[in-house]
Amino acid sequence: MTLTPDEISARLERLLPTVQKPARYVGGELNQVVKPWESVETHVALVFPDIYDIGMSNLGLTILYELINKRADALAERAYSPWVDMEQAMRSHGVPLYSLESRHPLSAFDILGFTLPYETLYTNLLNALDLARIPLFSAQRRASQPLVIAGGQAAFNPEPVYKFIDAFVIGEGEQVIHEILDVYQQWKRTTSTRYQLLTRLASLDGVYVPELYQVAYHPDGTLARVEKVYPRASLPIHKRILPVLPPSPTRFIVPNIETVHNRVPVEIMRGCTRGCRFCHAGMVSRPVRERSIPEILAAIDAALKHTGFEEIGLLSLSSSDYTHIAGLIQAITERYAGQHLGISLPSLRIESFSVDLMDLLRESRRGGFTLAPEAATEHMRNIINKPLSTAQLLETAHQIYARGWTTLKLYFMIGHPAETLEDVQAIAELCQMVLGEGHKAIGRRANLNVGVSTFIPKAHTPFQWVPCDSVEQIQAKQSLLKTALRRSNIKLTWTDPQATLLEAWLSRGDRRLAEVVYRAWKNGARFDAWQDQLNFPAWHKAFEAQGLDPNFYTHRPRAIDELFPWDHISTGVRKPYLLQDYHLSLQSKTRPDCRASCLACGILPLYASLRREHPGPHWLCPEVKSPPRNSAKAPRGAHSPG
Amino acid sequence: MAMRLRLTFSKAGPMQYVGHLDLHRAWERAFRRSGLALEYSHGFHPQPHLNLACALPVGFTSCCELLDAWLEHDCALPDVEHALTAALPPGMEIQAISQVDPASPALQTRVNSAVYEITFLDDLPGLDEHLERVMAAQHLPRLRRNKPYDLRPLVEEAYLLTPDDEGRLRMQLQLAARPAATGRPEEFLDELGVNFANTRVHRTALLLIDDKS
Repeated sequence: MTLTPDEISARLERLLPTVQKPARYVGGELNQVVKPWESVETHVALVFPDIYDIGMSNLGLTILYELINKRADALAERAYSPWVDMEQAMRSHGVPLYSLESRHPLSAFDILGFTLPYETLYTNLLNALDLARIPLFSAQRRASQPLVIAGGQAAFNPEPVYKFIDAFVIGEGEQVIHEILDVYQQWKRTTSTRYQLLTRLASLDGVYVPELYQVAYHPDGTLARVEKVYPRASLPIHKRILPVLPPSPTRFIVPNIETVHNRVPVEIMRGCTRGCRFCHAGMVSRPVRERSIPEILAAIDAALKHTGFEEIGLLSLSSSDYTHIAGLIQAITERYAGQHLGISLPSLRIESFSVDLMDLLRESRRGGFTLAPEAATEHMRNIINKPLSTAQLLETAHQIYARGWTTLKLYFMIGHPAETLEDVQAIAELCQMVLGEGHKAIGRRANLNVGVSTFIPKAHTPFQWVPCDSVEQIQAKQSLLKTALRRSNIKLTWTDPQATLLEAWLSRGDRRLAEVVYRAWKNGARFDAWQDQLNFPAWHKAFEAQGLDPNFYTHRPRAIDELFPWDHISTGVRKPYLLQDYHLSLQSKTRPDCRASCLACGILPLYASLRREHPGPHWLCPEVKSPPRNSAKAPRGAHSPG
Repeated sequence: MAMRLRLTFSKAGPMQYVGHLDLHRAWERAFRRSGLALEYSHGFHPQPHLNLACALPVGFTSCCELLDAWLEHDCALPDVEHALTAALPPGMEIQAISQVDPASPALQTRVNSAVYEITFLDDLPGLDEHLERVMAAQHLPRLRRNKPYDLRPLVEEAYLLTPDDEGRLRMQLQLAARPAATGRPEEFLDELGVNFANTRVHRTALLLIDDKS
């Protein structure tokens, strides 16, 4: 029995007063888009499988929401995971997962689009499908049930959830979402089978339909091969990119309750040229494309008028690397002087220029100053390819304190490849030295916050071959830091080793983990990203039941010629380039920023025709002047669909 | 010249489940969208000068909430109303607007009582006798956060209204709403043996000290 929106609303009226933060579950915020249900052909629910407070700040879904709702023939509505109290209330009152805008049950939609920005959402993905009363396994869904698609950072290794998702979008979704809707509509008008829909979706560049491939394993558990079972499927599947960043969204939905980021997010640049070897985002989001200052200013202006937000976030993977950063900050501070507007400028390089930039934002300064050296010695920073001299770090720290910040936050990681306890000890020593600079500058008022996370080797990075630390190693390193940094002006935070391990299993997982994810969910796992909810025994039991050793995914050194479960997904960066970079790291050699000269990571040849059609300085790769090759040979995913 | 406004506004629909602090934030954003510059406090963390009269619990609706807002510059009231009306989020509407003496006392100190209209979602046979018994009591001793207090003196009026269009029972309830003496509708409902989740609570008036006859 499917409930109508009115029936769902009637039940909600009695259960909302019984749960925490009921405003999460009602929608109706300023700028939400509600179209008459019957007025459009295709209904899309965009689902962030964590709570509203987290999901509302996701820029990816905001972009897709605006794009889909701009079409006359489609609508997009939102859904988030209910928190555990609401889930219980919904299950006991027979309320299925519903969209916030129209309160239709998710089963009434044509397409469910999940974003999977991190791996610890996988059990929530299953829980959301279950709450929506939709079969969890793709193979069990009928043509009359919603198509389930997914994208986001974690989709670059889709295999651990391949059984639950009909089609993955690899890479940037702004164009391909329209192609998917077009294919879906054509399919729906012809009453064909679900398999026909899947094969048609597979013909789109950047769309991966796992059902059309099969895998085989060696006796040792490593992958032997990935094969197409549908001859016309692509192999590999190249990610989609946009040659020019499309206009920034400006009609952000204004949440009525606090969310993680209460601000206007403006992406000033996509991609990163730095090549830090641990950084998944930096590897998978290449190439670098920038927005112009006038475009950014216009987006901020419009968004502030539409939302009234009191803060803007200038988003990129490395703010300092935005070509016109000084001019941008100058323009913003002049324009919004006296308007009590907060401006957040994350990911600044560790150099005095960053302090100058933040000084320009003096009026709108919020909170402390954050730097991310990631490692404490020059040797280790060379291994991870984030070169920086300790002298420069100390000099920058001194300036930060001297110019009026009393609290500095430093981010480090433990568990880097080839890390010893001495390297960890060096983190403590460096922190003392940094605080010492604070004391020299402003005396006892100086504070230092130290965030120490644990490195997780990620697919598609130069460290994809590296084993990660065991729980015992992580605990030993953390307790060393806890002891060494026990003083009043230093505040240390760290990540739970179990949460680290779970993410590590999944991020380099294969198809066999899909059953593990399913069993873990059956065993009660969900909200794995929440430290107070993480159910580690549920996962251990799931691995055991499947006869799999979790250490296979984390603590095993991988052979350099091993075929990885994600190798058929192409980010454009060639595997030999990653391997070469890994070898450089073993010799603690760095690789320069590719902005100065192209290092041939593989992006440019793959997207050569796009680059040729879109010359200009907004795209940081060199321009392509050579004449186009025979179009039949152009790589899939590399052409612009108009 | 700075200007002090007093706004009467309704809060319902999607704003029904928005708490006091978030409501404050919603007003700040509405003013930002309207282009009317609020006066900010000085100091390290400047805050906009806004005062809400009396917190409305999450889940209740209202047609009579009161807000004082200080603008940086004098503006004509119709212009202010026009700009704010266009900027308010769904679920909030302006019912009245006036200018008040900047020197008059803070709104929070002037509220004396709050009037609620309660609709019962379920049929409750014997509700009238129940209400009579509760109102006849000299004392209604209760615990709030483990501290004993007497609810009875906080109840100023309670009587049944005519049922609504769908035949649902309704009650009018007037409770004290002074800083140190605030009655809560859900506590009174509890005395009646009714779970407030099965009611609709709508605030219809905030009575200020000056208004009291």
